[in-house]
Amino acid sequence: MSEKNIFDEMWGSDGQLRAPYAEFNTWFEGENPARLRAKQREAEEVFRLMGITFNVYGRTEAEERLIPFDIIPRIIAAREWQKLSKGIEQRVRAINAFLHDVYNRQEIIKAGRVPREMIANNDAFLPQMLGMTPPGGIYTHIVGVDLVRTSDDDFYVLEDNARTPSGVSYMLENRETMLQMFPELFAKNKVQSIQNYPADLRRSLAACAPAACDGDPTVAVLTPGIYNSAYYEHAFLADQMGVELVEGHDLRVVDGRVAMRTTRGYEPIDVLYRRIDDEYLDPLSFNPKSALGVPGIMDVYRAGGITIANAPGTGIADDKAIYSYMPDIVEFYTGEKAILKNVPTWRCSETDDLGYVLDNLEDLVVKEVHGSGGYGMLIGPTASKKEIETFRRKLKARPNNYIAQPTLSLSSVPIFNKAGLTPRHVDLRPYVQCSPNGINITPGGLTRVALKQGSLVVNSSQGGGTKDTWVLED
Amino acid sequence: MLGKTANGLYWMFRYLERAENTSRLIETGQRIGLTRAERSDDEWKPVMKTAGVYQGYTQKYDSLDKQHAIDWMLRSKDNPSSVLCVIATARQNARLVRTAMTQEVWEAMNGCYMAVQKALAKPVSERDLPAVLGLIRQRTALVRGATHGTMLRNDMYDFARIGTFLERADATARILDVKYYVLLPSVFSVGSSIDNVQWETILRSVSARGGYRMVHGNVTKPRNIAQFLILDNRMPRSLSFCANKILSNLQYLALDYDSAPPSLAMANATVARLAQSDIDDIFDEGLHEYIQCCLKEFSALGQQIEIDFRFYE
Repeated sequence: MSEKNIFDEMWGSDGQLRAPYAEFNTWFEGENPARLRAKQREAEEVFRLMGITFNVYGRTEAEERLIPFDIIPRIIAAREWQKLSKGIEQRVRAINAFLHDVYNRQEIIKAGRVPREMIANNDAFLPQMLGMTPPGGIYTHIVGVDLVRTSDDDFYVLEDNARTPSGVSYMLENRETMLQMFPELFAKNKVQSIQNYPADLRRSLAACAPAACDGDPTVAVLTPGIYNSAYYEHAFLADQMGVELVEGHDLRVVDGRVAMRTTRGYEPIDVLYRRIDDEYLDPLSFNPKSALGVPGIMDVYRAGGITIANAPGTGIADDKAIYSYMPDIVEFYTGEKAILKNVPTWRCSETDDLGYVLDNLEDLVVKEVHGSGGYGMLIGPTASKKEIETFRRKLKARPNNYIAQPTLSLSSVPIFNKAGLTPRHVDLRPYVQCSPNGINITPGGLTRVALKQGSLVVNSSQGGGTKDTWVLED
Repeated sequence: MLGKTANGLYWMFRYLERAENTSRLIETGQRIGLTRAERSDDEWKPVMKTAGVYQGYTQKYDSLDKQHAIDWMLRSKDNPSSVLCVIATARQNARLVRTAMTQEVWEAMNGCYMAVQKALAKPVSERDLPAVLGLIRQRTALVRGATHGTMLRNDMYDFARIGTFLERADATARILDVKYYVLLPSVFSVGSSIDNVQWETILRSVSARGGYRMVHGNVTKPRNIAQFLILDNRMPRSLSFCANKILSNLQYLALDYDSAPPSLAMANATVARLAQSDIDDIFDEGLHEYIQCCLKEFSALGQQIEIDFRFYE
């Protein structure tokens, strides 16, 4: 069932059914494939009716697409998860400490562990954040760490996503859909619940309320609007948390607070879970052309009038160039070795590394330092000669803009298609909430799956799909 | 509740109501065409005028014919008031205020949008028209049913209702405005079969034939029709009924918000004027002028509500 040299999470490397999938496999073998196919179609209908869609940039406004959903769950054993979640917690702790440090005393630079120019010359570094501590000392209220697996034991962090990780609505809806379609599966397998995510998130955000808040904190979600690709998720989270979904034009600064225009007048907001980028947050502090943000919100923020989640400037921690320093960063702030592995990374800004990368383009993955969504990257092993040459020119022109990594042999999990169970590569994005009360990691996360055979690109914007992700009870 | 949310709910329900009204007008137009002796598509002009889409039609088409008229009202993307566009706009507003409605209302709205998109993907033949119009009515009724059955009776519901009844009052007033002359006493054609068809049209376009019969029996008289559509408080599409509903929802809001905005006073005045009106006086003083005055009042009330509850900046 599995491709050569690829670790399949259901069938291992040797075709032996792995323990977490035992119950599931028994169920699957007793199922009629025609019924499952009907269920797959049914799931798509449910998603469309519920409006769980995303907009594709550059297409007509009206076009809303479904992210393909595969009915075969990705199953993780309790023991595997414990190790993973320890590693994630350690990493998130280090990221928060790092952020506080680079915006305050900059000990890590003084210690020579991260070069000053990596910070100072980085677009993601916001001088406006220097010398301040966000309410509760929390920078990354929500993190979505992207992980890949290469063997039974090896997990790598691909990206830390410390700005505004998306996709959590799919994690929740995928589970909801599976519960509705296959209740019997959940009777046989004890799957750890994820349904408290929205309530936990509201509590976690409220725990980060600013000094100006008296009483029960008012939380709101800030969206760029209905045409944003993740609008569904913004509305979903606001709805599930029971808070207002606001846009920039609903907000203004009133009496030193950021307030929303309600039918009864302006009411102050304590915690703003913003789903817009730093650049657009405040036209007075950042991009003056931004109509998505709130003029003056940064002044209110600095004066302790509002909590912005995640804090502005967190991008410096999930920057792809900083990524290569993460093992050092974890060690520097926690005093421990990093539990989760980092993918070896060549920094094209360094002459030796650039030379190596240019000589080995056909074996490497090259990414833009600030890119996301699978855009603007080169996957050497599957690229044509022409694509490689085009990329070579780009690299030489702006080496600082790129990093390179070896292609990992990502694990696979079967999807259900015409051929039955067919292995496809996956990644995993667990979701982490941080507050002064602690770090809370939802068991599982979002599994993204490359639906094309052999493909390593799992991004929804590039034709990837999703799966329900199970962490079994001990 | 955000001003934007009130705005979104108000317009979502206005557009839903508009879709229903337009499909009812199309049905009336088709029905009249079928039952008339002479072959003519003339009836589509007042039908489109009533829906407020005639001017756009003449800009796009040189001549008046049934197929084009139906297509224009039903599914043209160039006509922002076509059923297809109006349902899409209603759903767009629903997306905008997704957090203000229950899952069931949202699913009914989204399901309505999906079904209508599918049914109107291609031009609708005359043979399929009744089924398609039926589908539109059913789907919009599902949204309304989910709204009644699942939404909290709070300010959100009030704005949804105000939108519904302002749109409905406007629609009924327009029908009367376009057709008022057939209700006037005339020395030429009183009681002729043409009049009967015209009166029938009016009742049909507000789904009021059965109701009218229950109240006024089988004799169709223009004065009774006007009374029924303007002043009868039992008739759910009459101007008076709609004005009363708008007023009670504004009163709930005033109670809830502990304030008395200018729109409340305006609605009170409109309801009082309708209550004091007598149908004979209306005819004596001019039916047309009276309806014009109602249209203006409803429009001004809508604008005041947008200001009072901070729909926009």
